[in-house]
Amino acid sequence: MQYAPVLPVVIPLFAAALLAALSKLLPQRVALGLSLLATAATTAASTFLLRASLSNTVVYWFGGWSAHGGKTLGISFAIDPIGAGLAAFAGLLTFLSLLFSAKYFDAADNYFYALTLAFLAGMSGFTLTGDMFNLFVFFELMSAAAFGLCGLKTEDPSSLQGSVNFAVTNTIGAYLVLTGIALLYARTSALNMAQMGQTLARTPADKLVMAAFAFIVCGYLVKAAVVPFHFWLADAHAVAPTPICVLFSGVMVEMGLYAVARIYWTVFDPSLHPFLPHLRILFVAVGVATMVVGGIECYSQRNIKRLLAFSTISHMGLMTVGVGLFNVAGLAGTAIYTLGHGLVKGSLFLGSGILLHRTKTVDESELHGRGRRMKWAGIVFFLGAAGLAGIFPSGLSMGDDLIHESAKQIGVEWLKWVSFFAAGITAAAVFRVAVRVFLGWGSPASHQRGAAPKEKEKPETESGHDRTPVWMWAPAVAMVLGGLLIGFAPGLKPGTLRAASRFEDANTYAARVLQGTPVHSSAPEEEKTQEPWVGLFILAAAAIISLANVKSKGFRESVKPLIAPLRALHRLHSGHVGDYVAFLTFGLAAFGLVCIFTFR
Amino acid sequence: MTRAARKYFFLASAILLAAVFWLGYSALPPAGHVPGHYGDRVNAVVVPLRHITDAVTAVNFDIRGFDTLGEEFILFTSIMAVALLMRRRKERGGGDHEDKAGNRRVPPPSDAVRITAVLLVPATVLFGIYMVTHGQITPGGGFQGGVILATAPVLLYLAGSFGQFRKVAPMRMVAIGEAIGAAAYIVIGGGCIAMGGNFLQNLLPMGKVVGSLTAGGIVPLIDLGVGLEVSGGFVLALLVYLEELVEEKEE
Amino acid sequence: MNYLPYAVAAWLFLVGLYGVTTSRNLVHLCICLSVIQSSSYVLLLAIGYRTGRPAPIFKDIKPGTPAVDPVVQALMLTDIVVEVTVIALLLALAVQVHKRNGTLDPSRLNEIKG
Repeated sequence: MQYAPVLPVVIPLFAAALLAALSKLLPQRVALGLSLLATAATTAASTFLLRASLSNTVVYWFGGWSAHGGKTLGISFAIDPIGAGLAAFAGLLTFLSLLFSAKYFDAADNYFYALTLAFLAGMSGFTLTGDMFNLFVFFELMSAAAFGLCGLKTEDPSSLQGSVNFAVTNTIGAYLVLTGIALLYARTSALNMAQMGQTLARTPADKLVMAAFAFIVCGYLVKAAVVPFHFWLADAHAVAPTPICVLFSGVMVEMGLYAVARIYWTVFDPSLHPFLPHLRILFVAVGVATMVVGGIECYSQRNIKRLLAFSTISHMGLMTVGVGLFNVAGLAGTAIYTLGHGLVKGSLFLGSGILLHRTKTVDESELHGRGRRMKWAGIVFFLGAAGLAGIFPSGLSMGDDLIHESAKQIGVEWLKWVSFFAAGITAAAVFRVAVRVFLGWGSPASHQRGAAPKEKEKPETESGHDRTPVWMWAPAVAMVLGGLLIGFAPGLKPGTLRAASRFEDANTYAARVLQGTPVHSSAPEEEKTQEPWVGLFILAAAAIISLANVKSKGFRESVKPLIAPLRALHRLHSGHVGDYVAFLTFGLAAFGLVCIFTFR
Repeated sequence: MTRAARKYFFLASAILLAAVFWLGYSALPPAGHVPGHYGDRVNAVVVPLRHITDAVTAVNFDIRGFDTLGEEFILFTSIMAVALLMRRRKERGGGDHEDKAGNRRVPPPSDAVRITAVLLVPATVLFGIYMVTHGQITPGGGFQGGVILATAPVLLYLAGSFGQFRKVAPMRMVAIGEAIGAAAYIVIGGGCIAMGGNFLQNLLPMGKVVGSLTAGGIVPLIDLGVGLEVSGGFVLALLVYLEELVEEKEE
Repeated sequence: MNYLPYAVAAWLFLVGLYGVTTSRNLVHLCICLSVIQSSSYVLLLAIGYRTGRPAPIFKDIKPGTPAVDPVVQALMLTDIVVEVTVIALLLALAVQVHKRNGTLDPSRLNEIKG
């Protein structure tokens, strides 16, 4: 199957065009069936590419314009296991969320399916490509589909505001990327990532390269929702339909981080290699800030979807640290963490979708005790809290261990305490929700400070239903179990370590893309055995804290003075797009100045 | 943040950002002297290999044709999203939310506008078709020509009424045309695979004469497909906007 | 003088950002976004331009004469399409916002907070 690399992009796009052309003629069931078929085919193609790329990076030149003499004219796909794995994972999540949406929406326009397919095509192309501008084009395809899907519920005023915030900030991020690409093009006169990397290696890195690095990385970090570019994520998640939130939190933000990793290792590593210690400090600082801010904001939310969105931000902080430690174990840990986190977070969003479907609200106080009869959603929430805490053998715990291992190698072992904090507080938040909504503990009015006025979430569904169809709870349960048990997958850790070491080898990558030299997979490094009890300990601590918060007024009173200074942080998340852009400017300027002045 | 706080915070950050721009951009070669080896290689190859005289179209639809496929679908996706955003309210029936700005005033139609628009329509259509089909010879191509073609029905709206606009460009036909244009790009690419090459590999005969209408192999075909898609997309977007805004004033 | 295009590009970027940050009207905000986009056009074209060379259209000039960089112009074409689509989407959102809230001022849309 020579042309297999083309399929993950072409199949969903063709199906989307077909659905759009026939949108008035097809009944919803047929449209759903067609999109499920297309998604399944795309996932199968990506999995096939994953298998094919395990032994050797798959390179495909579009239009037949292959490289000559180390120089390229055309666009190439350069598929390695991490990229193909991410594409396959995106396909899997899309399939499950489409299954959920079958019964979730009372009336879905066929355009919704076409947009979801375009979204999947954008994600697939994004992870498979080896060309800088092609990466940008698929990034924009992904974003355009995401903006549309986010603004679906136009009956609700807040839905529009969330979409506006999302669209404006991410578009500015895209323009930043474009500026960086233009600068790099001026220096290297190439758009192929491998060629750019080799060309940049010939001269020492100067201010132009550093400025381009800052622009491109910040542009993609906006998508990755890292502090201080993170403000849009909570707004977008609060208003997007639940199956779409699964995709946003599960793969879309991780794509931003994937782009940073890919671009650093293929384009910038040959020339920025001497500055790795400074880069590590920069990324670890950003990651730690994200973990802490995300965790604190997560616990203080009342809207369950916003709570989950902030927990995504917190976990993205840990993944940023994993990537930003710039070694093999960190990258492998982030990859496995993405799998576990995507499945667990996705299942939690599906669970909140079940709540919305039955009760028309996702406000924690309004839902108090009303979940008692929804046992499947309850199971999903409790298991999800355990997953977020990182109990063994979830994907999160395996990823955690690898990231801590890599932190130890770099000498920043204290990072693990910050990650324990982030895992613990997000798990505590979900646990608190589970206990109050599904068990009815605590009193309905008991609530931590949070000056937000009561939000009315207009349901995506017509009216509260009284049964949850199996097509809604089955994907949720399957996902949370998958996320918790993925640690048992045979060969996952050594395979990912091998893939990560190949990912970080710029010269081998360039040789493969530009000259066709086959890559050799190196043997995985020595791994320490995991300590399985750590995650359980975090879960227990999280449970104790959240139960104390819910049940004991004394605990709440004693904690109040501690919380008061955090009010300012809460107020910063104002929902005003101008604030968000101001913070974006600040973050970009700071990042750029740090890059230029410390990389000596 | 208060308005003033936001402004000063931004201005402080902007000064720092301006410093980043200054430091970064001053390391560029002066404008007009940036060595562009990629462009030089493309210019050298375009006429001998493809018989195309417009290098920009060759880059767009042949050398970097896959990018353009993605770009075409970005347009397609956004138009779909716009249609979805505008449509949902209508399908749920009016009366859910009142139009809070329903007292907009539409200026009355003027004869000068009508006559000019009517005179421009055939010229626009002709020029649009010329741009689309001559993309590989002179500056132009599917995108540029498609946008010009899309303005022709709009001129009809200016000359007449929304009802007449809708009759010339019924929504279903426009949507189907747009989707066919989008799918055509993929079909052409698949056809190249069927002919034994890579996706979008230019395997059709390149035309005997350099810079003729049949030069460039698959490029004229792609131009037609893209022209159809872009014109359909923009007409659809305008239809959707106008339907949302003009419905109360329909005759 | 040779660095003027780059200075213009940087200025456009900063001015557009200022407009987006301090905007009180969503339509104005969309136009400021396209100003930011224009900065990347100016930058790209300045990078692609070669002094004294003609456009890369070989119908009038002999094939093989050195011409300006066509790749940059093709990239710009893609960017224009991308920008148009985003602005179209944002304007559609602005229309709907106006219909729901009667206002286009971002500070008066305070449904989401915290």
